[in-house]
Amino acid sequence: MLTTNFILVLVVLTNLKLLGSSRLGASIRVVAAQGVVLGFLPILAHWHELSLHFALLAAGTIAIKGIVFPWFLFRAVREAEVIREIEPYVGYVASLVLGVLALGVSFWMCMRLPMPENIASPWLAPVALFSIFAGLFLIVSRKRAVNQVLGFLVLENGIYTFGVGVAARTPLLVEVGVLLDVFVAVFVMGITIFHINREFDHIDVDRLSALKD
Amino acid sequence: MIFALVILPLLAGLAAFALPSSAMRRSLLVGTALAHAALAATCWKWTPAPALGGWLALDAAGLLFLSITSGLFLVVSFYVIGYLGQEANRRATDMEEGFLFDNAPEAVFIGCLLLFLAAMTLVTVSQHFGLIWVAIEATTLASAPLIYFHRHHRSLEATWKYLLICSVGIALALLANFFLGVAATQANNGIFPMVLSELVTHAQALQMPWLKVACLLFFVGYGTKMGLAPLHTWLPDAHSEAPSAVSALLSGAVLNCAFLGLIRVQQVCVAAGLGDFGRDVWLALGLVSVVVGAVFILGQTDYKRLLAYSSVEHMGLLALGVGLGGAGAFGAMLHAVNHSLAKVMLFLLSGNILARYQTKNITQVRGLLKVAPVTGLLWIVGFLAITGTPPFGLFLSKFIILKAAFDTGHVWIAIIVLAFLAVIFIGMTTAFFAMAQGEPGKQTAGLPSRSPLDKEPVSPPTPAGLRRGSLRPRFASDEDWWQIAPPALLGLLVLWLGLAVPGKLSDVLHQIAATLGGTP
Repeated sequence: MLTTNFILVLVVLTNLKLLGSSRLGASIRVVAAQGVVLGFLPILAHWHELSLHFALLAAGTIAIKGIVFPWFLFRAVREAEVIREIEPYVGYVASLVLGVLALGVSFWMCMRLPMPENIASPWLAPVALFSIFAGLFLIVSRKRAVNQVLGFLVLENGIYTFGVGVAARTPLLVEVGVLLDVFVAVFVMGITIFHINREFDHIDVDRLSALKD
Repeated sequence: MIFALVILPLLAGLAAFALPSSAMRRSLLVGTALAHAALAATCWKWTPAPALGGWLALDAAGLLFLSITSGLFLVVSFYVIGYLGQEANRRATDMEEGFLFDNAPEAVFIGCLLLFLAAMTLVTVSQHFGLIWVAIEATTLASAPLIYFHRHHRSLEATWKYLLICSVGIALALLANFFLGVAATQANNGIFPMVLSELVTHAQALQMPWLKVACLLFFVGYGTKMGLAPLHTWLPDAHSEAPSAVSALLSGAVLNCAFLGLIRVQQVCVAAGLGDFGRDVWLALGLVSVVVGAVFILGQTDYKRLLAYSSVEHMGLLALGVGLGGAGAFGAMLHAVNHSLAKVMLFLLSGNILARYQTKNITQVRGLLKVAPVTGLLWIVGFLAITGTPPFGLFLSKFIILKAAFDTGHVWIAIIVLAFLAVIFIGMTTAFFAMAQGEPGKQTAGLPSRSPLDKEPVSPPTPAGLRRGSLRPRFASDEDWWQIAPPALLGLLVLWLGLAVPGKLSDVLHQIAATLGGTP
């Protein structure tokens, strides 16, 4: 119970940090940290009924969200040389204020739904909902493609929190399918980011090749 | 049998990435499409046994959408072969802004097409809600590289919007799946398996508040993919920038897959006694889609975007049909078949027009009947079909849906829909007849002069394309068989469905409609 809540508090803090962060590198690290922290959630939330299922889920999550995604996104960013201040549609202070409001709304909404009796912590559903709100907000309020992918990951983390914590009895095949889909999604998005950068850096060079016989 | 349906295109798709020659890849594409269609056809005769403990099974709805997907893919694969033959030189000049761009490697294109087919097949045969989600997300991921076939900044923008909007939408559908999981949790801590038949059997024992929220989230998630307004924003961009064969598959097959996902949700809702709640959502989304489609069709200047908005409109009609229930649901299923056939036909024809005129602007296409008589004639036939003129199939299905609206007392909905259908008819008439008639070549006068850079394309113009540096289309009737035969075949099918609905098909449509509730 206590450790689960500790993880959930970390998730809330990482979300707030993301909402207020202007550095791309820092944002990627924060999302990676959030992924690792959430990787322990299946084990801690189901401490009394621990099985191979949850261990595999934890290992897969930590490997993909904590190691593969950050490595891949750092590569995309480095090749694209976009480590600059980001200029969002909504400012950082305003983002933080909205984030705190969203946290309140999440708790209020979850009080109105009948929760299953045996969930590890009453904070699970509200924190999951807050992550979903934060992710959606990051996607619509940030301009750079990489930041939108980070927003998508936060959104996905929120849904994962809910899935692991509240609706725990998903079959392993589906869990693997979901993880695989998210993995491929980020992979395809990353490739698209490569192309976006190539397109908008080299578009003029491409035009020069028209002058030949 | 069911495994074969999914695994065949999956393996073929993976193989296509590795094959060395383009001739082998192309024969693999057509061969797989033929085999897949043959397998799907045998499913009408012999119902395949469920696999994976009931997770994979073919019910009436699955069979219908599997057949649509498989048949259309077969027709489109022939078109793709001809298209790739024409686009073989990998560097091309952009038709709107005149810069050079590359096409994606053919191996990637064919490989992704086949993986796309595998994902769509998995959607139609899945009975487990988690698996349906995985499959629908997989269709997004497999089709994203297809939209980015022409590698330039506009298609890139379209691909990015498609990926992000659909992924976010479908992520919400994942949340809906978890909500459904909570709804299926029993008091004694057991849980019903999230297989359609199990949920329908135990529907009364589900927790209603969670089921309601799950239902709404499913509508947002799969509705995004289905292109229901106001969640349709990715659709016109993706359809206008993708190669025409891919646009055809997106409109004719993918939208249907998402529709099938929502049909599954409605089936559970009906069994749980939430049928009316679900139907209200369907009606609202359907009405908004028809209105939005009409507004954007009127005065549209890009004919591929026009077709895309027409898809939004028709998805709206499908939603209205399901929302009305009973006879309306039957009409919606028939309409799904008709719309797929007619829309794929039109998108393939739009590819012919694009290759010939090198523009997507309606005002710059004139005299299609003189320049390409067969394409022009089929373009008019397609227009008559898609607007629901008798004796085409869409007339019949639209009529059934509207009649259901009057019969069930939704008179205002029927009147509003009729009014906007009239608006759509006017908007499409203006565009289609202006393109088909008139003097070819006249449009060149009104064009802004191009820079000298654009007048010397590095690649030789395609056979059916333009002469070097000239915007005047060629006058010879040199239309290839692959450009004409697939759309002509689809046109004949729509006509046939308008004259007589085969008994077997009618049975299947009735079976689906019976699971969607409403007064029959």
